[in-house]
Amino acid sequence: MSEPRLVEVRRNVLKQNDVIARALREQFRSAGVFVVSLVSSPGSGKTTFLEKTLTQLQPRYRVAALVGDLATENDAIRLARSKAPVKQITTGTLCHLEAAMVQNALQDWDLHQLDFLFIENVGNLVCPSSYDLGENIRLVLMSVTEGEDKPLKYPTIFNSADVAVVTKNELATVVEFDWNAARTSIQSVRPGMKIFRLSAKTGEGMEAYLDFLSQQLAAQKTTAPV
Amino acid sequence: MHELSIAMSIVDAALEEAQRRGVQVSAVHLRLGAFSGVVKDALLFSYEMACQDTPLQGTRLVVEDVPVVIFCAKCQQQRTLNSVQLFACPECNEPTMDIRQGQELEVFALEVLDDTEDGVHHDMQKSEVPE
Repeated sequence: MSEPRLVEVRRNVLKQNDVIARALREQFRSAGVFVVSLVSSPGSGKTTFLEKTLTQLQPRYRVAALVGDLATENDAIRLARSKAPVKQITTGTLCHLEAAMVQNALQDWDLHQLDFLFIENVGNLVCPSSYDLGENIRLVLMSVTEGEDKPLKYPTIFNSADVAVVTKNELATVVEFDWNAARTSIQSVRPGMKIFRLSAKTGEGMEAYLDFLSQQLAAQKTTAPV
Repeated sequence: MHELSIAMSIVDAALEEAQRRGVQVSAVHLRLGAFSGVVKDALLFSYEMACQDTPLQGTRLVVEDVPVVIFCAKCQQQRTLNSVQLFACPECNEPTMDIRQGQELEVFALEVLDDTEDGVHHDMQKSEVPE
């Protein structure tokens, strides 16, 4: 047997996903739709947060959502109450969304008819971090009940996100949530991250976050080439 | 736990590269960033499963760990992070998001048994990352 030799190949393992994500990003840009993906752990209140987001943006904008879930369509049913177009992506046993799933789900949607598209990832703070979905911003959600050090436990996903939203603020006092400690953990793994503290349930703090989304959409529309 | 699907992507990528070059693979060398979101042990375990019933069955996965390297604007230097929980220069504590290395998930090389062109000697240096 001849001696083993190394043949250099240098190939990105997630190349296929990245290629599709790039195509999606271009598709979103040309359609003028601003795309936000949501990641969080299970039970952080992602669906309630998204339902409120859709409902409150709807008077002013055309909004829609894709919802990734392992097995049930419960989330899609809940979100449909907002009257916004909602489509479920059932991932089966897969713990994250991939760009190809988003592409398939969008096939029969006319993106030109939308201002905002939200993509709710599977509840998981590990796996979704590796997969680009072509989104404009990735929003990571954590609730006050999860503890201030969540970002330190999942640095990869927090670092890969652009915006952090701390929800269930109505419970902050009850669980003795230390806001400064939470902010320090977030800034430690993702310096300069924009953070919103709010309660989707009571509506407290939602306005600043929704204004931020409006500004992002406006900024995209002015920079997008005609 | 998405290591199995990552392992299957590694197998697909390695097989494609091997077929293109007409080589028989004995090991796949992977560069794995500390910040790639992939757990090494789970990946090694999954690799074996992903190789089953493919031409790569029985091959090894050799993982080269790549630390997170940032660029510090204050020091004007690249520095290796001590912890992925603190994105700041380890020398001057300046926060930074200028990540230069550590997110790799790359099939870097194939260890092959037969003689074909395109070979690189196996003692090639593998330490430094290109700019």
